Amino acid sequence: MFSFTVPLGKLVRTVSRLRGGGSALPGLVVEKIDPGFMQRTLSSLPHGVAVVSGTNGKTTTTKMVVELLESQGLKVFTNRTGSNFTRGVAAALLGAVDWRGRLDADVAVLELDEAHAVHFVNKVPPRYCLLLNVLRDQLDRFGEIDTTALLLQRIAERTTGTVVLNREDPRVARIASAVSGPEVLYFGLDESLRSTFPNDDDMRSAASGTSARGDVPPSPAADVVLRRVGTDDADFEFDGAVVSTHMKLRGVYNIFNAAAALVLARSITGASGQPADAAKLVKALSEVAPAFGRGESLTVDGQPFELVLVKNPSGFRLGLKSFPAKGYASMIAINDNYADGRDMSWLWDVEFDSLREDGVDVVSGVRAYDMALRLQYDEVRFGSVDTDIPAALAEFIRGAAGKPKRVFCTYTAMLAIRRELSKITTVEVVS
Amino acid sequence: MTPAESTTHASKGTIRVLQLYPRDMNIYGDWGNALVLRQRLLWHGYTPELLEYNVGDDFPEDVDLIVGGGGQDSGQLVIQEDLQARAGHLRGMAEDGTPMLVICGLYQLFGKFFKTKSGPVIPGIGILDVETVGTDERLIGNVTLTSPEFGEIMGYENHSGQTTLGAGVEPLGTVSKGAGNNSKDNHEGARHRNVVASYLHGSLLPKNPAIADFLIRTAVERKYGTFVPGNPDDDFARLAREHAARRPR
Repeated sequence: MFSFTVPLGKLVRTVSRLRGGGSALPGLVVEKIDPGFMQRTLSSLPHGVAVVSGTNGKTTTTKMVVELLESQGLKVFTNRTGSNFTRGVAAALLGAVDWRGRLDADVAVLELDEAHAVHFVNKVPPRYCLLLNVLRDQLDRFGEIDTTALLLQRIAERTTGTVVLNREDPRVARIASAVSGPEVLYFGLDESLRSTFPNDDDMRSAASGTSARGDVPPSPAADVVLRRVGTDDADFEFDGAVVSTHMKLRGVYNIFNAAAALVLARSITGASGQPADAAKLVKALSEVAPAFGRGESLTVDGQPFELVLVKNPSGFRLGLKSFPAKGYASMIAINDNYADGRDMSWLWDVEFDSLREDGVDVVSGVRAYDMALRLQYDEVRFGSVDTDIPAALAEFIRGAAGKPKRVFCTYTAMLAIRRELSKITTVEVVS
Repeated sequence: MTPAESTTHASKGTIRVLQLYPRDMNIYGDWGNALVLRQRLLWHGYTPELLEYNVGDDFPEDVDLIVGGGGQDSGQLVIQEDLQARAGHLRGMAEDGTPMLVICGLYQLFGKFFKTKSGPVIPGIGILDVETVGTDERLIGNVTLTSPEFGEIMGYENHSGQTTLGAGVEPLGTVSKGAGNNSKDNHEGARHRNVVASYLHGSLLPKNPAIADFLIRTAVERKYGTFVPGNPDDDFARLAREHAARRPR
């Protein structure tokens, strides 16, 4: 049977692209005229659908899973545009299918926002899901983190094959007891690294040096364990052996998510009957570059220039820990637009002591003065404060000429900085 | 800029600040309130001693000031039994005039009860004549209110419990932006003796130094008779307030 859905959807997609429109409109049109399109197209994939969700690190982890699977010769469909909601997936699908609606892929790996993921899995039950973490993020959208954990649990409950969970995040690990059908696999951390990754309950107590982990039950065995993180390498343990590898990715939280990606990729590949080629997996892992704005290294005026996206207290803490201040000029840009979260409370759950010695050169963003006030209370010196990002960035680059630079920024501040950088200098992406 | 000079002079005295249930009741930057009290005590020339009380701990002696935060419904359930066991002691301290700041979840439990949306009623400790009922409506966003004591107060609210004040308490202030205690009354927070209760985080004290200094002054006066203030630099607090006031709900 010939369906008009795909030609019509593709037409809307072309037209909306020509008009410079967003990626969701064609998806919306398709949803309206053919609600079964997405489910029908995705269910034809031999390895099914894998959903990646959680509050932090979805984009980079999804990118890793895709590259790991490609290293095993699989054709992967993914929602690369960052449209991590159902309509965005439908729109991305329209771009990928041929005119008869066929998708040339073995598996779909989709990054989905926690709330939208529930909507999606109700339409398309995934074969796999990977649930990363539940950290204080966008609380003004979801209310409480326990609510977010419940959203992730719904995803697990709808999953038909394998659920991959973060063993170290109690809110995620607990989901295991809510699923009965699918297989449960974990990614985990070496004991020695656990204090580096405070989960949300530990946030306050980790800072004051006491532990809230007192009554945690013994942890289950993990399929992949991150054993060690070096400056540009890491050790992963799986299949009873420890493998050391160079890593292009920076930031301990990214590297922990590499363990997550390994579990999912091994599980998907292994489903065909023969285990994944470990050497190829590790090689692919070592070559994964950060996703847009997630710890990117650029070169500006001949000096390294790093953009570190921070969007919640745990991410900011890990960012400060992963990228030591020594020798770097620093700028912090905090916006409070909808995509950043409007509530500034989170800044008070981050300790800035590590910046005390070198200080912060420039503070910017809509909430620059909230950030300046935060630094004042942690007795961290700072230079200029300017809510105008372009002006602040220019001042930062001028004032710290000849030094490597690093900017900690919220999402919309990062977009503004990228835009400005491309205007004032040639931006060269190193990794 | 340099932070205010802190330790150049001999201390004018020691103030013991107790954080109430920081392990289970701290969700939206509640640490910020404790940090502000600690730093401002230093900047005023006093020595802060920051203490913690969690479920099952011995309750510290000689506490001069109490600060407690918000929590999720689950956190409130974890502490409720322990809080009831300490109710008499805390009530006695409050009636005696100990300055206290309670935010969100502990504000609710300092009241008479919190009837949760899912059914169970969590008894409060009745320091404040207020009642809270969980609803499906979540009150979220920037808030500005005006208080007769503290002037304009700014913060951020995020709660689904709606609180109604009884005759025994005054509101902290009248809301000009946002919801406050509930979606009807235009009131935010509650005042009784030297207890300041509020739904606002953001955190509350950094951008509202007048409230921080009220708590500090009260604690010092109760302990030493007179308060000799220092000279904290509040320029950035003022600028942060100006910018916050212009942000949408």
